[in-house]
Amino acid sequence: MRIEKHPILEFRRNKKISFTFNGEKIEGYEGETIAAALHAAGVKVLGKSLFMHRPRGFYCAIGNCSSCLMKVNGVANVKTCVTDLEEGMVVETQEGKGEII
Amino acid sequence: MREADLVVIGGGPAGLCAAISAAESGARVLVIERNKVLGGQLVKQTHMFFGSEKQYASDRGIDIAGMLLNKLGCFNNVEILTETTVVGMYEDGVISVLHKEDVYYKIKPKAVVVSTGAFEKALAFPNNDLPGIYGAGAVQTLMNVHGVKPGDKVLMVGAGNIGLIVSYQLIQAGVEVAAILDAAPRIGGYLVHASKIRRMGVPILTSHTVKEAIGKDFVEKAIVSQVDEKFRPIAGTEKEFDVDVICISVGLTPLNELLSMRGCQMKYVPQLSGFVPIRDENYETTVEYVFAAGDATGVEEASAAMVEGYLAGLCAASKIGCTPDDFDERKSDYVKQLNDLRSGPVSRHILSGIEQIVI
Ligand SMILES: Cc1cc2nc3c(=O)[nH]c(=O)nc-3n(C[C@H](O)[C@H](O)[C@H](O)COP(=O)(O)OP(=O)(O)OC[C@H]3O[C@@H](n4cnc5c(N)ncnc54)[C@H](O)[C@@H]3O)c2cc1C
Ligand code: FES
Repeated sequence: MRIEKHPILEFRRNKKISFTFNGEKIEGYEGETIAAALHAAGVKVLGKSLFMHRPRGFYCAIGNCSSCLMKVNGVANVKTCVTDLEEGMVVETQEGKGEII
Repeated sequence: MREADLVVIGGGPAGLCAAISAAESGARVLVIERNKVLGGQLVKQTHMFFGSEKQYASDRGIDIAGMLLNKLGCFNNVEILTETTVVGMYEDGVISVLHKEDVYYKIKPKAVVVSTGAFEKALAFPNNDLPGIYGAGAVQTLMNVHGVKPGDKVLMVGAGNIGLIVSYQLIQAGVEVAAILDAAPRIGGYLVHASKIRRMGVPILTSHTVKEAIGKDFVEKAIVSQVDEKFRPIAGTEKEFDVDVICISVGLTPLNELLSMRGCQMKYVPQLSGFVPIRDENYETTVEYVFAAGDATGVEEASAAMVEGYLAGLCAASKIGCTPDDFDERKSDYVKQLNDLRSGPVSRHILSGIEQIVI
């Protein structure tokens, strides 16, 4: 899902970062948001909605709509569309409002 | 509690220009931006700017952000806080901020310019919450900032400038655009953009809307139908598109909870796309020392947002005692630039909106 050739933009992808998504190892690049790295790996469903448990993906990608909330390193409700990926992150789909610690 | 002179909330084009013009006037400025990077929506705009002759027309949004930042870097009376969100504005003038997730503190500025921008509207249809249905801005961020395709085949909803431009950018990124829909009987965006996209083989279906999205975990299909003059779907006109992305580009809404919270008088103005603050010609709201600029005062375009920013920054600086010698000339120049930007036929509805909020 990554763009390899582009007429205007050049994407410098330097450092690879590995993280886990629901226990599975995935690789992304430094400077990417968690949501972008997941999307590049083909993951579209980031969580399940509060009451109807319907699948949720991102919508706004600028931190406004809360559609992209996930559990990251054990912390619920992280806006993954504006949170940068870090080495070794443990990312999990979130059910409803998540467990608040 | 931290003291400050002029706080600018939001580092998009409006906020950056407000900061530049206030700093030029001699005010000490603190810019607060929740993102890691400054530039607001500009950072994902790879196309040349349209419309305006004066404000960076024919430069790309991404480059304009850089130019404004370079300009801002020349001042030593400007401080910038990124990854910091303003979470509250209170009656006593105090604002509260959250840096990253855990550092929370208060600031007492003499004046503020609120330039928080806008967010994208959604569209109501069955299954509109499925993953794969994204706002046009989100698709731009994914493609143009991160270099990731939103999917393989896209249905674009909205034939305004953003819908047309993002369709073009999708094609540039190697993504297929199945069609562009618009419920209106006419294309809302500039016809040059529309014809360019049509020439690339993308049909633009006016008087059409999304009837339903189909999919289990994410979008697999879109069902569209024609609408009558009252925007009601016409039975029997349904068409199916096998797409994995539905991109919603039906406009933006001003983002201004902070202004409401502070007690600024707000008004719903359809021409300005939502609730906006009542203000005077200096962009000061009904709460003294609180100014607003850019999309937060009515959704328009980046060029107007920049000039509004310059004007609000100048007036806010002057309000707290930093009035440059050429205040009058600068102010009338900004006013003239705004009038020029809004002189075309497309701006008529914006002007009729502004009329309703300026006191
Ligand atoms: C998809 C899309 C395509 C567009 N294409 C064009 C185009 O081709 N030409 C054109 O002229 N215009 C275009 N625009 C419009 C243009 O981007 C906007 O008009 C312009 O960016 C508005 O500037 P602004 O500074 O008011 O808001 P923004 O650019 O949105 O900046 C607001 C900033 O405030 C920050 N912020 C918000 N709330 C807080 C808070 N509480 N605390 C701290 N920071 C906060 C945000 O993170 C953001 O950086 C487009 C917009 C979109 C969404
Ligand atoms: S997608 Fe809207 S907040 Fe992340």
